[in-house]
Amino acid sequence: MKRQWRLGPAVLVILGALALVGTACGDDDAPASGSGEGGALRVAIVAPSASDDLAFSQSMVDSVHAIERDVELSVTDGTFIIEDAAAAIRGYAEDGNDVVIAHGTQFGASLIEIAPAFPDVTFMWGTASDTQGLANVFAYSPAADEGGYVNGSIAAALTKTGVIGVVGPIEAGDAVAYINGFKAGALAGGASEVNVTYTGSFGDVALAAEAAEAHLANDVDVLTGTAQMVVGAVGVAADAGVPWFGTQANQTSLAPSLVVASQVYHWEVVLEEMLTLRDSGVLGGQAFEVNLANGGLVIEFNDAYELPAGVRDAADAMIEGITNGTVSTG
Amino acid sequence: MGEFFTLSVLVATAASAIRLATPYLLASLGETVGQRSGVLNLGVDGVMLLSAFFSYWTVLETGNLWLAVLVGLVVGLVMGLLYGVITVFLNATQGISGIGIFIFGLGLSDLLFRQLVGTPKPVRRLPNVDIPLLSDIPHLGEALFQRNLLTYLAFLLVPVTALLLTRTTFGLNIRSVGDNPQAADSLGVSVERTRFVAILIGNSMAGLAGAALVLQLGIFQPNLTQGLGFIAVALVYFGAWRPIGVMGGALLYGFVNATVLQWKALGIIPVSGSDLANMAPAVLTILALIVVARRVHAPSALTKPFTRH
Repeated sequence: MKRQWRLGPAVLVILGALALVGTACGDDDAPASGSGEGGALRVAIVAPSASDDLAFSQSMVDSVHAIERDVELSVTDGTFIIEDAAAAIRGYAEDGNDVVIAHGTQFGASLIEIAPAFPDVTFMWGTASDTQGLANVFAYSPAADEGGYVNGSIAAALTKTGVIGVVGPIEAGDAVAYINGFKAGALAGGASEVNVTYTGSFGDVALAAEAAEAHLANDVDVLTGTAQMVVGAVGVAADAGVPWFGTQANQTSLAPSLVVASQVYHWEVVLEEMLTLRDSGVLGGQAFEVNLANGGLVIEFNDAYELPAGVRDAADAMIEGITNGTVSTG
Repeated sequence: MGEFFTLSVLVATAASAIRLATPYLLASLGETVGQRSGVLNLGVDGVMLLSAFFSYWTVLETGNLWLAVLVGLVVGLVMGLLYGVITVFLNATQGISGIGIFIFGLGLSDLLFRQLVGTPKPVRRLPNVDIPLLSDIPHLGEALFQRNLLTYLAFLLVPVTALLLTRTTFGLNIRSVGDNPQAADSLGVSVERTRFVAILIGNSMAGLAGAALVLQLGIFQPNLTQGLGFIAVALVYFGAWRPIGVMGGALLYGFVNATVLQWKALGIIPVSGSDLANMAPAVLTILALIVVARRVHAPSALTKPFTRH
């Protein structure tokens, strides 16, 4: 059984109300024990965007829900300010959570300060490829280039102009891995050009939408993008009738007839491994990767989008090739 | 660079700039009215967020775009009532209470979105409406006269706001309570009432700006504005508290953003230079503000609560 608590928006409303009252004119501490109600594992997630963003943050929340354990889950999301995230991470550790997931590359510096102070708590940090030498930190990352490569190769089969557009946030983390993989796959598949726009923001939906419009003005007829702000770009693609490829979470609901496929992160594959290690007394110090081979990355096709004959088979063969190492995404 | 100067790309850039400028323009025009009366509202972003959410939710539930626009306007009006009571009648510090309104709007819109909607769901976007004859002008017609009705309204409100401020008794009252409220009061002008109405106008337009933003995008997400309301406040300074100047600022901001995006899409700005290019709109705004600050003065009573002696 999983129970979930959210703090972000409620805290902001209260702060706003207090600020208003203050200019014009409780205590919910959790028990400081290591296990939750009925012995459930107490897990907390601190995430930079909304936990239902159809992208990065949602992928982790969905994954924790998918763990086959009794988990008491707390979530603080929308922590786009690193200091707020650090306060939440520390707060969860102080409150006696067994596991605190710092779901954002940008939270790494905060963990260097916080993790050593709570040696009995396991911190999970991603996307990151190393633990910064911290004994109670597990790192996790996706091989996002793999799904990017598959999506790119399918996109190359769909484009008529030969020009494909990509809307990215900031050139960092799994975004750059996905985009580089996509570009390589598309070019290898026969696309003549892959135009990449980094908007400079993970959250600016309007800018992402206009980036997609800019691509459409330059002969692009297939689009993809990564991070939570792409919901705006998907809308532009849908209005223009242009196929869209998703990543991080399944984005089919945003454009049911035009999302071709989504690379979905199933973190639960590595979460289970990390929790098993924790059960055996190893609280951290190792790095994990989700990929096509271990099932942590899954290409979820939209059955409502009819792919041309042979494209789906070719994509499945490519997934098989990446999985067994005969296809390189580089 | 040559690819950028093709007609189709230039038209697309102009259209993009106008779309980007529309919410800024609506919010900035409203804030201009408020600031000319002496009231600074740093809560514009929060008002926009709440209006954007309620407009989005209205379309999601009813499918009616125009009801959504009306709802956005009304939410702005309600927030204006709140802000007006706090700043005009309770004489609260404008800066702090504005930030309170912002945080309140940010948090409440997020909370309501999660409770009432959850995962982002796309809704209908505002359709473009062709202006007869003008939309047929080659290239120019496509860029300027095939836009949605809120965009036309935003640009129509520029002369309307200018006329309101310079050619009506109410506009004269707004300017007088913004520059010298004691003198206005001694002449029988109700400073409180004038400022209160100016705040209602300003917040209603911020509400329209939120509606325009979300209905152009067809989707809502927590913190959708990404600080757009704060830029709108800065554009009032940029425009020297004049509607035409504010329009110039909004368009410039939109054009710089749209051009940067086009240049990225065309590869004129390489990926390695992307971060630097992202700063261009902000740098340009700051430079313009420095220039403006040398030649104009803000309303003398801006941010100062009025107390009758």
